[in-house]
Amino acid sequence: MSTATLPASNKSWLDRLPVISHLRMSSGLQRGMLIAGLTLSGLFIITALFAPLIAPFDFAQSSDASGDFPRQAAPDSKFIWGTTATGYDVFSRTLFGAQTAMWVILAAVVMSLFLGVLLGLVSGYLGGWFDRIAVVLSDAIYAFPSLLLAIVMSIVISQGQSSLFGGVMAAAISITVVFIPQYFRVVRAEVMRLKAEPFVESAQVIGASPWRVMFAHLLRNATRTLPLIFTLNATEALLTLAGLGFLGFGIEPTSASEWGYDLNRAMSDATSGIWWTGLFPGLAIVLTVMGLTLVGESMNDLNDPRLRRFSRKKAKRITQSGQVGASK
Amino acid sequence: MTITSPPGQEASPLATPKPAKQKGGGFLRYLITRFLLIIPTVFILITVVFFLMRVTGDPITAALGGRLTPDQLAQRIHEAGYDRPILIQYFEYLGQIVTGDLGRTMSDNRAVTEVLATYGAATLELAINAVIVALLVGIPLGLVAAKFRDRYPDAVLRILAILSYATPVFFAGLLLKLVFGVWLGWLPISGRADWQTELELTGLQSPSGIYWLDALRSGNMEAFANVTEHAILPALALGLLTGGVFLRLVRTNAIGTLGREYVEAGRSRGVSEYRLTTKHAYRPALIPIITVMGLQIAMLLGGAVLTETTFEWSGLGFKLAEYLTARDFVAVQGIVVLLAIIVAVTNFIVDVLAALIDPRVRY
Repeated sequence: MSTATLPASNKSWLDRLPVISHLRMSSGLQRGMLIAGLTLSGLFIITALFAPLIAPFDFAQSSDASGDFPRQAAPDSKFIWGTTATGYDVFSRTLFGAQTAMWVILAAVVMSLFLGVLLGLVSGYLGGWFDRIAVVLSDAIYAFPSLLLAIVMSIVISQGQSSLFGGVMAAAISITVVFIPQYFRVVRAEVMRLKAEPFVESAQVIGASPWRVMFAHLLRNATRTLPLIFTLNATEALLTLAGLGFLGFGIEPTSASEWGYDLNRAMSDATSGIWWTGLFPGLAIVLTVMGLTLVGESMNDLNDPRLRRFSRKKAKRITQSGQVGASK
Repeated sequence: MTITSPPGQEASPLATPKPAKQKGGGFLRYLITRFLLIIPTVFILITVVFFLMRVTGDPITAALGGRLTPDQLAQRIHEAGYDRPILIQYFEYLGQIVTGDLGRTMSDNRAVTEVLATYGAATLELAINAVIVALLVGIPLGLVAAKFRDRYPDAVLRILAILSYATPVFFAGLLLKLVFGVWLGWLPISGRADWQTELELTGLQSPSGIYWLDALRSGNMEAFANVTEHAILPALALGLLTGGVFLRLVRTNAIGTLGREYVEAGRSRGVSEYRLTTKHAYRPALIPIITVMGLQIAMLLGGAVLTETTFEWSGLGFKLAEYLTARDFVAVQGIVVLLAIIVAVTNFIVDVLAALIDPRVRY
């Protein structure tokens, strides 16, 4: 959102930024989807960054100067989204949940990006027994339900850890392990394809070391599609985190607020008709994932010329000139 | 991409002529190679899970630590053989798996294989119900979206598909429970059946464990109604989310086939638009969908774990969550191993189906 409203001056580098160039390319429904996605994602990031300033209470605060908070209180003027069974303010917890979610997404995506790209480069370029083992291993992991693997990983990592950092890292590492194969496969396939290109061969002929070929020549070329996987994986990271939290393998409620855990607690509330404890964290997940997905999908469509849509005026011009050319 | 396909042939998958002499042998060889590939996949997953679980310590300390004195604990560990070198334990575990023994659970001392058999049927029932819902929702809507590509029905359906991806299954479950269970009071919100019905059905001779099947077999219509009532909400929650994926798949593939020349030829012969969409474009579009279904099974199983916990549906996922809370890692390991086998076998079946339909896949 913030990037979308920047003035279009300084065209040279600004137009080449991924999101902005996509925005300029788009029109009609596609532009609407992209803008909606950017708005939702921007809202998520702003909420995550400024949660402590916006939230009226702390995420694990169940009393203030005027005494204990009411339990399972319906939304009113003081607690605008009501309170939970333990007396926490739902509004504050939902806001702080964005913060936790952002840290986990960032940590998970950065770690898996780093490791996955590195492994993919080495495996694809050098080949040999390392490549074969890595492929079999990543295929086996890729085929397995990612949530189950994340559960196993979080058992391994989070033995008794309940601090914010420990919890966030445990969740992030669990998600990372699931995602490494995806980056690995994409980068490896690209490297295999690029390996035979003339520019790689010429570098080899000059005498560039394998590392130089990999990091100077192949890296930039093999990672062009990654921004798309990035947005899609960010959503999966968030959903996995929520799933882990829902099953009770997330972060302790007193050390950080987590949407999945809150939904788990809200399950028993729902049977007695208490809707506010579950609705708001749930909506937060849905809107965040939707925002990121819309951005990713629109960028994907816009990168593919066959899926790109033009404005009606532009389309008319193109079809007219196309018809002249096509009638041979 | 394959050896058997003639070079330069880029026709529709169905139109590829297959060399007659390679037909039998090529497929059989593919079948056997593909079947043998299951073994390393399952083996790797078992190995990874085994060592990951043991990194944290032995199962007895995990399950009973704090409840026993250190001496008692050490004795129990020694009796169970968990103080031996980990490699010996690993090979012993592999040997056990081959003979079909997965050990006994720590928390309620049952044979893991018995747990799997009892609760596996419930998960199977949920998965079948969900796939039915997903197909009923995904295929027609996907065809509609492809037919009205880039017009408003397509836009609405695409947003619905994204929404179905963005909604965690437990949140969808919560909303369904709230609306249909609590506010409207139409449907029960948890369990697989009322307890009387459940008693009746489990008391049957050689029950299959799939309740609606058992109810139908015994001709007990009241029980069948009760079971169906309980099955609707979980099937909807899981099925709608999977249906979104199907919708997108059908849409993309049907758009591809709708643009083909034979569809245009059909149109020029005066075949109705409805028939063109549902027959001519739809059938070939199914082929890529079958191959992608394999990956969906893994997603479906992951979703089943969450759905079962949401609706207290006593299947493998529900038990898995219970055993996880009890830190019963023998049971967890057993369930994970079974799921790994299911995923590997499903992928095998899907690949074989794809090879049967499209000869170019064989290599």
